[in-house]
Amino acid sequence: MASESEPICLHYEVPGNDFTRAGEASADLKARLKALGFPSAAVRRAAIALYEGEINLAIHAHGGHINVSVTPQRIDMLLWDEGPGIADIPLAMSEGYSTAPDEVRSLGFGAGMGLPNMKKYTDEFELTSTVGVGTRIAMAVYVS
Amino acid sequence: MMTEELCTRCGFVPAFDLPAPTRQVTGGFCGDLLSWAMGRAGEGSAWCTVMGSINAVAVASLADTAVLVLCHSAVLMDDAKQRALQQGINVVLTDLPEFEAAAAIAKQLGL
Ligand SMILES: Nc1ncnc2c1ncn2[C@@H]1O[C@H](COP(=O)(O)OP(=O)(O)OP(=O)(O)O)[C@@H](O)[C@H]1O
Ligand SMILES: [Mg+2]
Repeated sequence: MASESEPICLHYEVPGNDFTRAGEASADLKARLKALGFPSAAVRRAAIALYEGEINLAIHAHGGHINVSVTPQRIDMLLWDEGPGIADIPLAMSEGYSTAPDEVRSLGFGAGMGLPNMKKYTDEFELTSTVGVGTRIAMAVYVS
Repeated sequence: MMTEELCTRCGFVPAFDLPAPTRQVTGGFCGDLLSWAMGRAGEGSAWCTVMGSINAVAVASLADTAVLVLCHSAVLMDDAKQRALQQGINVVLTDLPEFEAAAAIAKQLGL
């Protein structure tokens, strides 16, 4: 496992509107954490939260960036984009709220459950956003 | 009950040789909206859906479901099949509607 002094740092670039590639970051993180021997419950929670974030970057923000930092104690994930931003954060966080366009709804997205899932599966979740500038999400999963 | 035995008993047809046929099935989930499945399908569950896309395979992998049951003869897309093989995700096919597929699973699992 990673030692406390040296976290493992990972970086991913998520392209906009590519739903075949969106999911690669979370799949990669899951494989790495498993290989490092992290407990499966923590791996599952981190992978689910990152997947939802990754898909949001692709659908809502024309793509974005992800940094992950892993120590034996915690998995920290930072997602940021230069997309349209979110005007009403409590509304966006509520179950069922979605502005997803019809073409992505037909792919099964747009239930308005992504952000609630991210909050539910992480131990720390902080979303900040400025309309016209972008959105930033910092979340963490505690390993034990 | 193990995936392979459950699927045989329910008459589900493997979309390809099951990559993880010995997986234990612990429950079920029905639904097509991906982030509902992501949030609510339990680890080890049989997920009944009509979504045969690469994104459904990604959800099955990340939510760690035991098997994806494609109902109503829904089509498994080519890229989804490739991803499923690559990630070791079990996919089976049935012409049953989700309700009946789920009922068959529940009966076999004694739920
Ligand atoms: N990175 C982002 N940039 C701009 N808007 C966003 C971003 N992430 C989420 N949103 C807004 O918040 C809403 C709710 O997001 P959430 O992930 O919960 O649902 P969804 O993506 O619409 O559907 P689902 O995740 O269930 O497929 C989105 O519809 C969108 O309006
Ligand atoms: Mg979403």
